[in-house]
Amino acid sequence: MARALVHVPATAKKGDVIEIKTLISHIMETGYRIGITGTPIPRDIIDDFVCTYNGEEVFRAKLYPAIAANPFISFFTVATESGTLAFSWTDQHGATQVQTAAITVE
Amino acid sequence: MDRDRSRRQILQAAALAGCGALLRLSIRPAAATPEMMKDAVRAVIGEAPVKKGKVKLDLPPLVENGNSVPCTVSVESPMTAADHVKAIHIFNEKNPQPNVIGVKLGPRAGRASFSTRIRLADSQTVTAIAELSDGSFWSDDIDVIVTLAACVEEPKP
Repeated sequence: MARALVHVPATAKKGDVIEIKTLISHIMETGYRIGITGTPIPRDIIDDFVCTYNGEEVFRAKLYPAIAANPFISFFTVATESGTLAFSWTDQHGATQVQTAAITVE
Repeated sequence: MDRDRSRRQILQAAALAGCGALLRLSIRPAAATPEMMKDAVRAVIGEAPVKKGKVKLDLPPLVENGNSVPCTVSVESPMTAADHVKAIHIFNEKNPQPNVIGVKLGPRAGRASFSTRIRLADSQTVTAIAELSDGSFWSDDIDVIVTLAACVEEPKP
């Protein structure tokens, strides 16, 4: 779908609260703008974002057109065990993009 | 004299026309109202009472560009299995749609806080509401002044 960037600390101590930053390139067209032909530009937004930590959901967001283009979301989670964080963005047409990041917990 | 006057009249007419154009531009086709925001809040949280406090909504009070406004919400909570924040929602008064974002959290979050970037179509009040695990709702709102609005700008050809 688009280029996505995620930032997760490579290592963390067990029990630490870590900050995760995510950014995906997407137009987030609101559907309220009028195009050069005089007709409204159809809405095209990402409406769902989920972060799972070794398969367990830790954060979910429902996005509306009021989210700026190239949605940036940062949030926190507890480093419980080494493994994989998976981030998935789903747009209104159902297309999903998944990005993963590995973390080592000591 | 006559020529002077006519020039003045032309200038006045031009100025009036300009004002008219500005007025027409400032009328937005589809803007939400504070009532729509209340309805949206009720649709999300139901009839539960909302108390002020615990939530901190961080937005710049003066926004130069409404297309991308950094926004942080944090809630005071120990984030344990027994006492944590379940959800945080952001609403606005005057965008075409009152909802901005709805976030689901749990004890695994560690800290009840997140940041994003939002669009603001006008100077307005933005509200954040948090749902706690005990079923109570807490809110914070902030007035922002927007100098360049989002949503109404013409796309680049």
